[in-house]
Amino acid sequence: MGGRVRIPALHPCSETFSNRNFGEFACIGEEKMNKVTTLDQVMERVHDGMTIMIGGFNGICAPIRCIDRLAKSGVKDITLISVTCGYPGGGFDLAPLFVNKQIKKVIASHIGTSPEAVKVYKSGDMEVEYFPMGIWIEKIRAGGYGLGGVVSPIGIGTMLEAGKQKVTVQGKEYLIELPLRADIGFIKGYRADRMGNVQHRMVSPNTNVVMASAADYTVVEVNEIVDVGQIEPDRVGIPGVFIKAVVQGNAMEDHHKIYEDLWVRSGNLKRKEGANHE
Amino acid sequence: MNEREMIARRAALELEDGAVVNLGIGIPTAVANYIPEGVEVTMHAENGVLAYGATPEVGRQDPDVFNAGAQPITLLPGAAIFDLSTSFGIIRGGHVDTVILGTLEVDQKGNLANWARELVPGKYGPGMGGAMELVSKARKVVVVTQHNVKNGESKILKECTLPLTGKGVVNVIVTEKAVFNVTPQALVLKEIAPGITVGELRAITDAEFIVAEDLCEYRLG
Repeated sequence: MGGRVRIPALHPCSETFSNRNFGEFACIGEEKMNKVTTLDQVMERVHDGMTIMIGGFNGICAPIRCIDRLAKSGVKDITLISVTCGYPGGGFDLAPLFVNKQIKKVIASHIGTSPEAVKVYKSGDMEVEYFPMGIWIEKIRAGGYGLGGVVSPIGIGTMLEAGKQKVTVQGKEYLIELPLRADIGFIKGYRADRMGNVQHRMVSPNTNVVMASAADYTVVEVNEIVDVGQIEPDRVGIPGVFIKAVVQGNAMEDHHKIYEDLWVRSGNLKRKEGANHE
Repeated sequence: MNEREMIARRAALELEDGAVVNLGIGIPTAVANYIPEGVEVTMHAENGVLAYGATPEVGRQDPDVFNAGAQPITLLPGAAIFDLSTSFGIIRGGHVDTVILGTLEVDQKGNLANWARELVPGKYGPGMGGAMELVSKARKVVVVTQHNVKNGESKILKECTLPLTGKGVVNVIVTEKAVFNVTPQALVLKEIAPGITVGELRAITDAEFIVAEDLCEYRLG
């Protein structure tokens, strides 16, 4: 990824900007717009009954330190917006939220990956609202991008029609799927600077990109926090304007170890070929 | 070889050279490990990858490289990574050719029901994930399933009883005992596993089917 630090041509502190009389705002990125926050400070904003969006996909590239703190906070009656209910087989990421019965309602595409979520749902203590995965993310996009809803061809003629407005556009029927927003969003990135600009790593964009836009207060958990200017503008995967808080997640070395252990434990990584055939 | 591996190996034979392929969670995921020689496909994962390869061994995995089943994968030359919205733009835009997925029920008309069974009265699960969008747009939909559920009931029905994921969307059904094609006229038995007769297969299959003139033994590649 190259850790070389260089000052971009239009860096806020560069001569170009100060020559145009940006005056006291010249160094806004360095001084006044420091979004780096502690998890303690973030948790002060989280209250019972809130709608909380959590990024990642099946527990991978997910803000697992934020989730851990949320589980320990005891905050309850949460409406959770998450693409699934966590790592297949459970016992990771979101699982404690269900075990602790902190979730009142889930808005997801699938809950079956999480035995903990299924158990609470079956007990009657949690409501679930399902949306097809691609429509689910578009609903969040509509919420974040100022649109009135999604005109969706998916689910016509199925039980997904229940309670939804239908429209006919150019002779074809569609469902109107309403926007989704949250009070707080927790997402995961690879690196972020103090202005909240986020850089991805590998398959980390997944749900995190669109979700960043759709919460009143979006928190990004990253493996590395860097100085403003270290992420080149064309490497910014989520513009800092969407981000309210940057928190330190697991450093890369720990990040690697956590997922290696998880994958070995759940049989998704085999120690040696032929050693462990089903 | 266990039944799951048999099904995965046989389903891999449905892959056509050059196809963009999406594999569901469970048995379908294993199909990636059995792609026949001479066939080059591009694997699509809903979570945002095109062109991934086989499962890595310990030490070769990357914590941020994974498929929709949250399993570690490898990236091939030419791989692309994108967000979920783009991923489903690829699906709804018709760029995924072949989908291989599991099911709760499938019927002789090619109806698929794999997202909602009653977990307890009035409560449905596990959810559709990306299945509704995948089956509505892919050119070829292959369903992989064990032939019967644990109590012996047939997974291949005359008519699905559960809420549908897609209507008339299935093209091929692969079980550990047989391979069927869904055609507008009828469900057609194309291949049958060694050690079982057509009569025995009918006895454990709820759906009505006809036997292909070129019926052959179950192929494993």
